[in-house]
Amino acid sequence: MNTSVITINQLTRHFKETVAVDNLSLEVQAGEIFGFLGHNGAGKTTTVRLLNGVIDPTTGSMRVLDLDPQVDGPALRARTGVLTETPSLDDRLTAWDILGIYADLYSMPRKAIKPRISELLAEFDLADRASEKVGGYSKGMKQRLALTRALLHKPELLFLDEATSGLDPVSAHHVNELIERMARREGCTVFMCTHNLVEAQRLCDRVAILEHGSLVALGTPAELTRQYVRRLDVEIEVAEEQTEIALQVLRSMPQLVLGEPAQPNGALVVTINQRDSIPDVLASMVQNQVRVYRMAPQEVNLEQVYFTLHEEKEGVQ
Amino acid sequence: MNARAMLAIVRKDLKVVIQNKNIVTPIIIIIAVFFIGFPWLAGLAPTLIKGFGGQVTSLEGLLAKMPAGMLQELAGYAVSQKVIVFVLVYMLLPFFLMIPLMVASMLAADSFAGEKERKTLEALLYTPTTDRELFVAKMLSGWLAAIAVALGGFLIYAINVNAAAWSQMQRIFFPNALWLVLIIWVVPALSGLGVSLMVVVSARAQGFQDANQMAGLVVLPIVALFYAQVMGAIFINTGLLLLMGLIVWIMTGVLIWLGSRSFRRNRLLAA
Repeated sequence: MNTSVITINQLTRHFKETVAVDNLSLEVQAGEIFGFLGHNGAGKTTTVRLLNGVIDPTTGSMRVLDLDPQVDGPALRARTGVLTETPSLDDRLTAWDILGIYADLYSMPRKAIKPRISELLAEFDLADRASEKVGGYSKGMKQRLALTRALLHKPELLFLDEATSGLDPVSAHHVNELIERMARREGCTVFMCTHNLVEAQRLCDRVAILEHGSLVALGTPAELTRQYVRRLDVEIEVAEEQTEIALQVLRSMPQLVLGEPAQPNGALVVTINQRDSIPDVLASMVQNQVRVYRMAPQEVNLEQVYFTLHEEKEGVQ
Repeated sequence: MNARAMLAIVRKDLKVVIQNKNIVTPIIIIIAVFFIGFPWLAGLAPTLIKGFGGQVTSLEGLLAKMPAGMLQELAGYAVSQKVIVFVLVYMLLPFFLMIPLMVASMLAADSFAGEKERKTLEALLYTPTTDRELFVAKMLSGWLAAIAVALGGFLIYAINVNAAAWSQMQRIFFPNALWLVLIIWVVPALSGLGVSLMVVVSARAQGFQDANQMAGLVVLPIVALFYAQVMGAIFINTGLLLLMGLIVWIMTGVLIWLGSRSFRRNRLLAA
């Protein structure tokens, strides 16, 4: 049975006239990597602050690790780790300084501090430069150090706010690998705010999509693609001499096949109105004695879901 | 309250401050000018005046305008010694109070506003520290640094005063009871007042410069005290210092109580 780590009920937060989080309700289960998607200013950071008791909601309620963030903020924060959007590291201190100070702030057992820091520094490939001031680190190193700090006290729930924002693809990939490995190995739940949809698709068990502070979609990436992306591209491989007949058959079904079929690499690529139309298109080809060797729907990703929802919300056709 | 967590914040702040040239440079300049330069200037003044053919006795007119209490304190000294004692022991006494107050205010101004500017505050807010621990730890950082600078400065001042005035005084005459009361009683109280006031200001300011401008205003009452003493309007004796210290301690206590009760981390993110 799944255990809820985060339960949010009709949570709203105003900043003067602006509604940063609008009537948000959702649950995050223990052990999952939960993606919280939205554009800049969608309310992701505000939600993380609310869930950690750093700011108070205007209305609504929430339970995090079975605690009320408004009432039990310090006890809750002792069990969560947060990687903020900017690494929030003092350039004048060394990695050892920073991690030692945060170990004390989290009241870690004194004997456990040095071995834990050494273990994480080695894991995150920072050991060689851990005695140098952070000011000389690259952006990727700073982000890895910030992640080290967030994981130092073995949090049960890890919040990542744009963990790879501004990193080059190699550094971002490295950070993502670390997140996945550490989350799975240490068994902590991850609440991951991002606007990187490829990253979310690869890492997250479930995702929520936020638009202007409101929840617009929630589910696994596969559920969301099925639910929100109706049109999909299908690659069809037919006998070479039957290409013309196949094109005629496809053009005869304008209600199912949208637009003109393309032929980028020999195979035909058509846009079909929905996944359920694939068997009908195939049946029609077979009825017309077209020999179909392969019919492969192209992978639909979260990016398409996101833009579909965004267009719907903005009223774009 | 979690003392270990608070000391960790103090440790972090002090490590950062020691490496901050914007804070350390003015402190070094102040120490060099006031704790080293002034004693030598005043200590050597009688010799220099004589060297240029002047008369130290011409300063007697100025001293004669001083309050009776001070004249009583200066009785028994030769004229050149009177000048030294007046300048180094009495005239600079209120001025010395400005040093810990300035340091405390500068550091406290940096406490939240500086962290906000350097974008290092948010990670601290996500730690299990309570709002009260955060407030007290930030206050303690500024207060301890101010006391350390004041004590260090006092030591440097004492050595230089006695060395510079040796040719005239022929004995160790500094510090006297007045200065000991100042260092032990008034300086910690005044530093506490400056720090608690500025931590409250810093929590509401956008950046270090905003908060630091307010720090400039904090020293104004001390400047007024300095002029009053120089002009002979008041005479700061041990009794007055003890009373001043008591009043400042009470004000500091009230401010800390109010500050720690009203301080909320969510306001830091809204400011």
